[in-house]
Amino acid sequence: MNRHFLGDTAVLLGRSLTHITRSVDTIITTAITPIAMMLLFVYVLGGAIDTGTDSYVNYLLPGILLITIASGIAYTAFRLFLDMKSGIFERFQSMPIARSSVLWAHVLTSLVANLISLVVVVGVALLMGFRTSAGVLAWLAVAGILSLFTLALTWLAVIPGLTAKSVDGASGFSYPLIFLPFISSAFVPTDTMPGPVRAFAEHQPVTAIVNAIRDLFTRQPVDSDIWTALAWCLGILVVTYLSAMAIYRRKIS
Amino acid sequence: MTTRQVPGPAIQVRGLEKSYKQLRVLRGVDFEVARGSIFALLGSNGAGKTTVVKILSTLLRADAGTAGVNGFDVAAQAARVRESISLTGQFAAVDEVLSGRENLVLVARLRHLKNPGVVADDLLARFSLTDAGGRKVSTYSGGMRRRLDIAMSLIGNPPVIFLDEPTTGLDPQARIEVWQAVKELAAQGTTVLLTTQYLDEAEQLADRIAILHEGRIIVNGTLTELKQLLPPAKVEYVEKQPTLEDVFFAIVGADGKGDADGASGTTKDRNVGADK
Repeated sequence: MNRHFLGDTAVLLGRSLTHITRSVDTIITTAITPIAMMLLFVYVLGGAIDTGTDSYVNYLLPGILLITIASGIAYTAFRLFLDMKSGIFERFQSMPIARSSVLWAHVLTSLVANLISLVVVVGVALLMGFRTSAGVLAWLAVAGILSLFTLALTWLAVIPGLTAKSVDGASGFSYPLIFLPFISSAFVPTDTMPGPVRAFAEHQPVTAIVNAIRDLFTRQPVDSDIWTALAWCLGILVVTYLSAMAIYRRKIS
Repeated sequence: MTTRQVPGPAIQVRGLEKSYKQLRVLRGVDFEVARGSIFALLGSNGAGKTTVVKILSTLLRADAGTAGVNGFDVAAQAARVRESISLTGQFAAVDEVLSGRENLVLVARLRHLKNPGVVADDLLARFSLTDAGGRKVSTYSGGMRRRLDIAMSLIGNPPVIFLDEPTTGLDPQARIEVWQAVKELAAQGTTVLLTTQYLDEAEQLADRIAILHEGRIIVNGTLTELKQLLPPAKVEYVEKQPTLEDVFFAIVGADGKGDADGASGTTKDRNVGADK
């Protein structure tokens, strides 16, 4: 690893964060879809959904947070794609800098931008009556899981960012991710779903992550869900990181 | 960061080959560029000029052959090569969201220089961009963008600079400004390799000119040497009409910096006025 890695990453992170502060709309648009879904489900559909809990917004929020991340990472692919297409990527690559810092800057920017969007969404949820008795530790655990999930999906987003041929290709990959929470325990309990759908829902990462966050918010003892959730996040992170890095190395050599 | 000067030619290319799948772009390219000289690689679109530049700037690996820049091998000592060079690619490699000054500071910091702000202000002044320095680059004209691009390449005083089609898409005034900047560079001892498809550009700037055609260098020499390849000039009496370029400058005024005309930065179709 290059001795300038940390310094170069910090400089490039500063650049990407400046981009974010000059296009605050990306934070807003990231938050707006999940907020609209939350309004729709709580005030339109929620009355007819029986989750066995007294507050549907409490039930719903963990899934909404994951949707926020899934829509937020599309911007990482988009920004990376723009850098690839403009000459600036080649300029960086032809300079004596730590080469992987170009990617890390985008990844860390994604983490910061998504955390801000998440805070916005949680703020709206609080206005809509979301209440939790979670203490500091539980909040930290939620933040940790969400950060890990963001990192995992961000490295996934790096792949289309590096390889896409068009802007649509760079950001279109996130749509299936946004819909994954619908086939999980995010909106309704899985036990009303027919066999195969239920089997899928109960064994995909979103359900485990949603259940773990929900348990943390409601101060229930976290059971095996949190370990399943962490295993999923770490597993996806390792696979996407290694694939993205392999593609990156092939691109720049 | 200063990189020590290594004796020998600044750029040395031997038997360079590169194919994209079935397409053999480079079929054995050889040339050398002396220190402190301007070397023009001339060729039509798709001749492989950019491929040569990408290999020399460590962005692309050659299939065969060797290339050395500032005494370092591009494949084995890529990091040392990157310390020795600067690349100004075909498309202005500037960050549109940042201001001109922020772009310069960014590069200065990535080159680990001591006073990025001072470096940036010096270059803004040198390239007549001081007034525009605080504005977002997306508001710049094509010529201003290119000047900023070249200014970014000068940060850290790399001994070798690659300019890939530096004036493509520029209006005549901006083109002359870029030429001026390139000449000043060479006067300070920087080695410049530029690619171009404009014959007059090579004629204006280069100490040596090489023509890349179908993957090989078919001619390499000084302008005088190249001219001797053709039969001696015949004397003819021709009425000398002003070229469109002469007319343009007579009307617009040749001192226009192109700063004030942010709106005129769109790409212009134009014919190269070679008034021979």
